Amino acid sequence: MTTLTVPSPREITEPARSGNKETMVLNMGPHHPSTHGVLRLVLELDGEVVVNVAPDVGYLHTGIEKTMESKTYQKAVVLTDRTDYLAPLSNNLSYVLAVEKLLDCEIPVRVQTIRVLLTELTRIGSHLVWLGTHALDLAAMSVFLYAFREREEILDIFELVSGARMMTSYFRVGGLAYDLTDDFLPTVKHFLDHMSDHIDEYEDLLTRNPLWLERSVDVAPISAEDAIAYGLSGANLRACGVNLDMRKLIPYSGYETYDFDVPIGKNGDNYDRYLVRIAEMRQSLRIAQQAHQRLVDMGPGPYVTADRKIVPPPKHEITHSMESLIHHFKLWTEGFKVPRGDAYVGIESPRGILGTYLVSDGGPKPYRVHFRAPSFINLQALPHMARGRLVADLVALIASLDPVLGEVDR
Amino acid sequence: MLGELFKGLRTTLRYMFEQPVTVQYPEVKRPVRERFRGKHELKRFANGLERCIGCSLCSAACPSDAILVVPAENDPENPTSPGERYAATYEINMLRCIFCGYCEDACPTNAIVLEHQYELSFYDRHTSIYTKDMLLVPPDQGHGEIPPILEQLGNKRPSPPAQIDL
Repeated sequence: MTTLTVPSPREITEPARSGNKETMVLNMGPHHPSTHGVLRLVLELDGEVVVNVAPDVGYLHTGIEKTMESKTYQKAVVLTDRTDYLAPLSNNLSYVLAVEKLLDCEIPVRVQTIRVLLTELTRIGSHLVWLGTHALDLAAMSVFLYAFREREEILDIFELVSGARMMTSYFRVGGLAYDLTDDFLPTVKHFLDHMSDHIDEYEDLLTRNPLWLERSVDVAPISAEDAIAYGLSGANLRACGVNLDMRKLIPYSGYETYDFDVPIGKNGDNYDRYLVRIAEMRQSLRIAQQAHQRLVDMGPGPYVTADRKIVPPPKHEITHSMESLIHHFKLWTEGFKVPRGDAYVGIESPRGILGTYLVSDGGPKPYRVHFRAPSFINLQALPHMARGRLVADLVALIASLDPVLGEVDR
Repeated sequence: MLGELFKGLRTTLRYMFEQPVTVQYPEVKRPVRERFRGKHELKRFANGLERCIGCSLCSAACPSDAILVVPAENDPENPTSPGERYAATYEINMLRCIFCGYCEDACPTNAIVLEHQYELSFYDRHTSIYTKDMLLVPPDQGHGEIPPILEQLGNKRPSPPAQIDL
């Protein structure tokens, strides 16, 4: 068992200042292309070998959790988009499920199916960014171009259904923001049909490529025991051979009814993390195909819960029904009240277990919202994994851990 | 070993002879989807009256507090909007706006709509505040009839009893 400490930048810079050390201190970031955001790393180097690393987070701190306390439950949804900005719909889902758990409200099956379909597309989109930037960091430019080409199609689907490419805010407490459009299902179908071939293409470029193998096999491995001790989750944990997936462990939104496998790695090195994420994209496609088929079979239906105390009435009603008008104004100004208590919901976001802990004091605004941000927790293992490796491997390792700094700092 | 490298090179070579997927912005613009949320527009009814009745619900629904509405009483002889009040001031701070569309969802008269214009840039903070005349559509571009409930309020006749759908 390793000591579970994460060095602070001062631990590295102070001894160096005294001047009797042989090692060199190097600042990497906060503005560095390979840190994938504003992450500052203080490196202690012996030649090209990393002796110690201290991640210095907080450069992108925006106070999202605190700001949510001053917004009504429905308005706070837009803030969740901005934590992990590569997977906005997963964040929406985690928060919305926590509020719905406290409200104890019934969500129609059709809504749950749409949520599953869209979060799986989010996972593919997020993994495509990871794949593209990871390969780009190791100087494989074309994968990046191909991955972003497919991601564009996913973003186009989001724009089609929610009106925004990235800051979707499509999942709302009690259901969805709007119903699906007529061309949604055919567009998704078109994407799902050819995506599998594109994943084959990425694999042609990388999986057996000797240069890729040289840079990723046995680079920065972590044992399953250490990974659990550090609290890693998602593909980073599964690459070590630990079978932990919230979609299987504590299913939400009806995941227990879908047929899919959880890809598991063995060595916990960069290559296994790569293989696990590639396999995850294929599994996500499987789930999305099943969800798509269910939506085709289901046909039109409700897109919000029937509870009028949570979701505003349809707009055409408010011109002739005073009751609806009152509800409409009441919900958009004061919002709905959530029973006193607390709730925790963990979902499997593209980066790992994304948990929302919500405390309500019975009012229309959350008393406290906390996110268990997988990126932040995964990043804690970085020093442990980077020690004794080359600087070039550190660059590969950061990309392989796939942190999103918006979520790390919140 | 080398065979695997050539497998990858074959993929990239194949794409050399295909049409690029990139669009030459700003010469060519990618069409946006119907639901795309861009710059706001304040709409009018078919007869040219403003749809906005100054209820400030958009302002209340805005998560980033970007909207300022100052309502005023309509002149009965020459009304600006149907009903009792209209928006004397309507300002949106485009630096604060996050284009979430909550104002559109909240508006009871469908007065504010997020349209497809997405090229919004300004040289200073002052010009980022879009005023009512920048947002309002021309009088001949109105649509839709005035709902009866607003007509009755404008005519200063007593309001009809509330019809409640249960």
